[in-house]
Amino acid sequence: MALLDRTARSLLMSELLSGMALTMKYAFKRKVTINYPYEKGPISPRFKGEHALRRYPNGEERCIACKLCEAVCPAQAITIEAEPRDDGSRRTTRYDIDMTKCIYCGLCEEACPVDAIVEGPNFEFATETREELFYDKAKLLANGDRWEPELAKRLELDAPYR
Amino acid sequence: MDAFLNTSFGITILTFIEALAIIVPVLILMAYVTYAERKVLAAMQLRKGPNIVGPFGLFQPFADAIKMMFKETVVPSGANKVLFFLGPMLTFGLAVLAWAVIPVNDGWAIAKINVGVLYLFAISSLGVYGVIIAGWASNSKYAFLGALRSAAQMVSYEVSMGFVMVTVLLCVGSLNLNDVVLAQQHIWFCIPLFPMFVIFFISTLAETNRSPFDLPEGESEIVAGFFVEYSAMAFALFFLGEYTNMILMSAMTSILFLGGWLAPFGIEPFTWIPGPIWLILKIVLVLFFFLWTRATFPRYRYDQLMRLGWKVFLPLSLLWLVLTAGALMLFGWLPHAV
Repeated sequence: MALLDRTARSLLMSELLSGMALTMKYAFKRKVTINYPYEKGPISPRFKGEHALRRYPNGEERCIACKLCEAVCPAQAITIEAEPRDDGSRRTTRYDIDMTKCIYCGLCEEACPVDAIVEGPNFEFATETREELFYDKAKLLANGDRWEPELAKRLELDAPYR
Repeated sequence: MDAFLNTSFGITILTFIEALAIIVPVLILMAYVTYAERKVLAAMQLRKGPNIVGPFGLFQPFADAIKMMFKETVVPSGANKVLFFLGPMLTFGLAVLAWAVIPVNDGWAIAKINVGVLYLFAISSLGVYGVIIAGWASNSKYAFLGALRSAAQMVSYEVSMGFVMVTVLLCVGSLNLNDVVLAQQHIWFCIPLFPMFVIFFISTLAETNRSPFDLPEGESEIVAGFFVEYSAMAFALFFLGEYTNMILMSAMTSILFLGGWLAPFGIEPFTWIPGPIWLILKIVLVLFFFLWTRATFPRYRYDQLMRLGWKVFLPLSLLWLVLTAGALMLFGWLPHAV
């Protein structure tokens, strides 16, 4: 009897038809697509995107050239050179990040004692040439100026957990 | 005018125009089948599908075509160059050639031959050569394996398809596709021959290497099957060939089982719409089933595919053939013997 039942089911293709009914039902459901370049998904305040060097509100750059980020960087993507500035404060003369080496682990951000180097919310920084991804200090500071409102908000949101 | 059309030059010109009148719509339909496929699959997977190029992404097929044309055709260094280019040409050429006998309306076919079904069957069998040539000429193990799988699959399913066609022909009493459609004026063959209709549809899926029988293309095992080594327009020709074959098989299903250009039930409001429109609607409906099955079912394993072809469809279609013949004989329903 079981054999007859099974044969009848397979000949009548009941399982195939119920599968097709299911896909047809799904065809009329609401789409879940986020229409990317026009719509974007939400991003966590801890999202590790493009790097930026921040400044104090008075415009002074935060980085004190302690080179902790350079030391901790597992991909050795960061290169720093430092000299005392004319006013005697210790500042970087060179701060390069090779974005082709960077693995976006966020350790530089963790290591920084003054919240100078941070990873921001921006993930749309694709370039046409490889050279454009070798970021220097000017580029990183410019990023900081561009994203500062968001960067400050992110740090504030994440502060209770640090 | 009539005198001119009866000269051999006039007939050539007329045939050329007729061929254009069927190939151009078929190719446009083909372009939009690729679009429809992406849209239908997307809808069933809760996605949106192409929606950027033009309104609702309607110009996407043309964008793809332009992309294909401007790409470089890479010929593998170990390839047999003549055969390498013959393969796609043969596939596409044969797919288009078969349209010569498809009647679009009563008597509207380029070649009104009395062995239309046989011609269709022969041309679709020849399609295997394009696949084998491509697989062999690429000089690549994946292409070769894909070609062998494809060839074995197409040959296996042709057998049961043949029996299904014979069943239909028994009920018609003619090999002329025009007569096949006219014989369905009272009832479409998909109703009395429903099991054959299902077997025929599933066999066309296998014959055109469509999902769930798309294992010549099995991405996970043999990359892209027999056309791994093809790029740009050579690849596009295979693509065109595959989709044109899909449309051809849908047209065959419509003609053999769904009454071709005939309006449903042959009653008033339906008969106002001209025949070719009905044929196109039926072709589109069958094509939708092609896409629908693709969205629903996972791929068959190779031995399951062969088992289904030889151990299920072949005995079933043979049995139904004998049953049909017996029933026709018993009740004296045999069509006029010539």
